[in-house]
Amino acid sequence: MTRQDSAPPSDGSSRDNTEDDQFARVVMSCGDVSRVLRRVAHEILERNKGSQDLVVLGIPTRGVALARRLVHVMAEVEGLEVPCGALDITMHRDDLRRNPIRAIEHTYIPAPGIDDKTVVLVDDVLFSGRTVRAAMDALSDLGRPRAVRLAVLIDRGHRDLPIRADYVGKNLPTASSERVQVCLAEHDGFDEVRISGGHR
Amino acid sequence: MKRHLLSMNDLDRHDILTILDTAESMHDVQRREVKKLPTLRGRTVVNMFFEDSTRTRSSFEIAGKWLSADMINISAKGSSTSKGESLRDTVRTVAAMGVDGFVIRHSASGAAQQVSQWVDAVVVNAGDGMHEHPTQALLDVYTMRQRLGDLEGLHVAIVGDLTHSRVLRSNLICLKTLGTRVTVVAPPTLMPSGIETWASSEGFDTSYDLDAVLPTADAVMMLRVQRERMSGGFFPTAREYTVGYGLTRERLGTLQKHAVICHPGPMNRGLEIASDAADAAQSLVLDQVSAGVAVRMSVLYHLFAGEGSLS
Repeated sequence: MTRQDSAPPSDGSSRDNTEDDQFARVVMSCGDVSRVLRRVAHEILERNKGSQDLVVLGIPTRGVALARRLVHVMAEVEGLEVPCGALDITMHRDDLRRNPIRAIEHTYIPAPGIDDKTVVLVDDVLFSGRTVRAAMDALSDLGRPRAVRLAVLIDRGHRDLPIRADYVGKNLPTASSERVQVCLAEHDGFDEVRISGGHR
Repeated sequence: MKRHLLSMNDLDRHDILTILDTAESMHDVQRREVKKLPTLRGRTVVNMFFEDSTRTRSSFEIAGKWLSADMINISAKGSSTSKGESLRDTVRTVAAMGVDGFVIRHSASGAAQQVSQWVDAVVVNAGDGMHEHPTQALLDVYTMRQRLGDLEGLHVAIVGDLTHSRVLRSNLICLKTLGTRVTVVAPPTLMPSGIETWASSEGFDTSYDLDAVLPTADAVMMLRVQRERMSGGFFPTAREYTVGYGLTRERLGTLQKHAVICHPGPMNRGLEIASDAADAAQSLVLDQVSAGVAVRMSVLYHLFAGEGSLS
């Protein structure tokens, strides 16, 4: 019951895995994660009718790793490298005043820019929707995309804002007191999605 | 991080590196077409400059505006201080209007520290007399780090009017915290009194011989000869100063290939720095100005964005 209850916008996946790890339930294994990402990459290509004018932007930290993996799958399928970058949203958060100050991650927009492109935002967990709102604000300072789509690995519900994902890896019904933790090989050494806490 | 930024001593190594890293992201914003972030929307910061300044004041103002803070400028001329109001009354009056912070430049050492005790707002020291100028040290370090990489173990020479320099003190503290070796160079008349004890307790070297120091330096920081603070005769003639301690064209040739030149500005061309050196490829003078905005954005972000301070 740490940060999750105050509905922290960014990461539905709380990264401080201190308490009740022994009660954590694994909801996605390593194989599940890669199968789901493969499907999502195909869905994006299908909806976009190919990879033309696509730009994939991950939201730090784990969204960036997911974005890279999606682009990697797309390259296998289409044989074309889709531009991939990172979009830090810290400066656009609506809860800066309520929380201790956060370090800022790097924003990297691939060379062709985002004007008149279809931008796919990638994040690990969709929770309150506030991160995505901040990301859309951040995007509007960088250019004018033709369309913005949202891809997430986990949709855990409990939205505070009228926002939905276009591509969802897995819908995961949760209690708001539960914590969803996404582990990725790039950051944690292995792929896994766990759920813990709640019901006390 | 502490609530105010009054001295470089308020920042530990982690704080400094956090500010520098954030400044890098801010630098990216500076290169964008839309240079505006909503981060400090609704915050009001007063720029109070009781001493003349071009770059510090305007860079704080630009930094605040790009973060969407409301920046207000008050200078000594044109404010009620010219009618005889005390500093205490002036800042308390402005604070009573409900501002969130003050950026203060004053000719008296310790002015920012005093103000921080009189008001509830956050105070940033933008230069107090001959004491400190922390954001200048941060931007110097930021600029050098961009060109030279990690500063730990490198050798920086700080040359010139040490007695009157607030930039010197802030830089000494900052570079020591980052593990950089420092040699300060000046004619005996411009060495602060008691520099030997200061040097031995803080672990830097002193020298009267610029030519001996230059060939081993990774960075040379030339300080301005502050004629406005000089009442006595510190050196016989400008020409004599230049011969002994100016960064001339000849001395430029003795620098290592990778070495860089900094100057906090404004430069006295021909006195402490020759135009050949100021405009050389190794000169970071303009990079410093551009970094000034990014570093001050970073400082304002860390001091004003959150409730309380960096955890």
